[in-house]
Amino acid sequence: MPIVYPHKIEMPCRDPGERRSTWDEVALGYTEEQAVAEARRCIQCQDPRCELGCPVNVPIREFVRCVALRDFEGAARAIRRKNLLPAICGRVCPVEHQCELHCVVLGKQEPVAIGRLERFVADWQRAHPSNGAVESVARRPGKVAIVGSGPAGLTAASDLAQLGYSVTVFEALHAIGGVLRYGIPEYRLPKAIVDEDVEQLERMGVEFQTNVIVGKTITIDQLLDEDGYDTVFLGTGAGCPMFMDVPGENLKGVYSANEFLTRVNLMHAYSFPAFDTPVRRPRKAAVIGAGDTAMDGVRAAIRLGAEEAHIVYRRSEQEKGARDEDYRRAAEEGAIFDWLTLPTRFLGDENGWVTGLECIRTELGEPDESGRRRPIPVPGSEFTMEADVVVIALGTNPNPLVPQATAGLETDAHGCVRADPETGATSREGVFAGGDIVTGAATVILAMGAGRKAAAAIHGYLTEKENEQAR
Amino acid sequence: MTTVIEKRDLTDITKLFVVSSPLVARNARPGQFVILRVTETGERVPISITDFDPVAGTITIVVQEVGRTSRLICALEEGDEILDFAGPLGLPVALPESGHAVLVGGGFGAGAVYPIACELRARGVVVSSIVGARTAELLILRELLEPASDHYHPCTDDGSLGYHGFVSGRLVELIDAGAGYTSCFAVGPMPMMRAVAEVTRPRGLATMVSLDPLMVDGTGMCGGCRVTVDGRTQFACVHGPFFDAHKVDYDQAVARSKTYVDEERLACELAGVGR
Repeated sequence: MPIVYPHKIEMPCRDPGERRSTWDEVALGYTEEQAVAEARRCIQCQDPRCELGCPVNVPIREFVRCVALRDFEGAARAIRRKNLLPAICGRVCPVEHQCELHCVVLGKQEPVAIGRLERFVADWQRAHPSNGAVESVARRPGKVAIVGSGPAGLTAASDLAQLGYSVTVFEALHAIGGVLRYGIPEYRLPKAIVDEDVEQLERMGVEFQTNVIVGKTITIDQLLDEDGYDTVFLGTGAGCPMFMDVPGENLKGVYSANEFLTRVNLMHAYSFPAFDTPVRRPRKAAVIGAGDTAMDGVRAAIRLGAEEAHIVYRRSEQEKGARDEDYRRAAEEGAIFDWLTLPTRFLGDENGWVTGLECIRTELGEPDESGRRRPIPVPGSEFTMEADVVVIALGTNPNPLVPQATAGLETDAHGCVRADPETGATSREGVFAGGDIVTGAATVILAMGAGRKAAAAIHGYLTEKENEQAR
Repeated sequence: MTTVIEKRDLTDITKLFVVSSPLVARNARPGQFVILRVTETGERVPISITDFDPVAGTITIVVQEVGRTSRLICALEEGDEILDFAGPLGLPVALPESGHAVLVGGGFGAGAVYPIACELRARGVVVSSIVGARTAELLILRELLEPASDHYHPCTDDGSLGYHGFVSGRLVELIDAGAGYTSCFAVGPMPMMRAVAEVTRPRGLATMVSLDPLMVDGTGMCGGCRVTVDGRTQFACVHGPFFDAHKVDYDQAVARSKTYVDEERLACELAGVGR
């Protein structure tokens, strides 16, 4: 009987002081010994509820058992059956709200560190690539256009390519990956990992076309009616940043999180002038919001040299949306948290640069529609806060480019494309959708889950079409 | 793959490129723009579309050397490939079906009014073009714009060709002489567009201007290109680039366009070029 430790085995990390000045990955991953020891904490229960908490149903019990038995190859095979992007998911999944939330040991002790183990296995596989070439699959008739190369699009592309369809992925930007490329910083998700996964898909025969803005460069109707695609999957994401609509929001130095992070991640502004795209280097940064993107923003600000980097959030620590791990790391790196603080205007100088924020303290009242307690401003608690860079990380709306350019594609009041949650089918025949364009801003793994369901539905649709033609 | 198939020197610092890009040419409309990136470490920059030919699969752009990236673009030669060329972006400009339109182009803005002139003429709208430059040899695209216009009015700051003065001055003269314009479209440097707006506002002439703020993605994702129009924040990349000239907050647009002047100066110094 192995000794069972009540806590997860800690994952080695770079020292917080060192992190403040490097974009290299923070978490260093388990060693083989650490991974085996952590895997042995799993009790291999009869009814692995953790798997129900996984949007893509990774066979968690099986892969963890393989790790415990040092069969890392077997663990990798088990994961790959359900998840082709495990190195990414092992880093960015909010596991405490998904698989680990359902771990049966939770309550008595910390759950098994499923996320860290998935990452270990994926990295082990990357370091030990199997010598076999990609298995060639029998080609099927059927041409699929995937719009957007984020997690939803890459997952759908992968599943459909494995089924033998010819798949083309259209990406508006010059690099593949969507939010994995422009949104999530290098220190949390090294871009080399995204590159490797994309190369893997290319080897499977997926064609990638960058610089194609579907809805502008080419429309859905043209793809279907003129260019010979049989079906389209829309995974265009929730790309439109929300602003606060308060005075001073268009001062210089006020960024949406999307702009700030895109400059940093996609355009490498932290390497300016070696790269041509600049970003304002903060002295005092204020990041508004407390979700994952806000943590990315505040930690990027610290790495850009901010002496002070604040999270400003109108609710309390309890209501924050960020993953525990990223929140903890931001705190370790010196982020300052101003809870119960609502910015009401941005202040600027005579040249139009932001110089600070006017804020008011809040207290929490009854829960609102989101289920979180509503912040109520406290009269007389106004104060100002200095900031030369402000990053607004309050969430995003669905990107309207495709819905605007596509007749017959229904959207809801929020601009989300209406799609069947089980199949991704939209109001337009042959057009499927999934990920943030359907749900509004959510997580990488939920988008992957939606991409997978849609791929299965597209397979069904194309099979039926084929049978009809044969009749 | 986007290849430069023709390059013309319009002035020492202004170049015209015809590039092969069937994909962008397929759906391009007047008023739209493209985003270019020419090196692996380069910026993404928006450039107005000057001409498009869906049959030949070509896009024409006019680029003026103003900073590091525009110099890199202007250094491209025939046969060179453009690393990234994405578009058409932005909304096509809303154009009238009748009446008499006056198009005002300042400097390289002449390139952006040309496709509007062509489309208006095709619709049967009478087209007057007022085009300005500092001096005669800097006045570009006369060979395209004059034949595309019913009336062509060149202006130079030094009086070396046509009207002696700014385009806005010529516009005042023509309107007050009873030209009978029913719509106005102006493209050029911000002070010029603002001056045009101040001419047409009291005279009640509906005017659209094309704003070209700093952009990153050009697809509505970053909001870096936001401008205030009629008191509301708009993204120039997806709501524009054309906006009602009488409702634009020009002070803010000018301030925001100067966000990275220090960085631009540094980049030019490092590249060994003056600004």
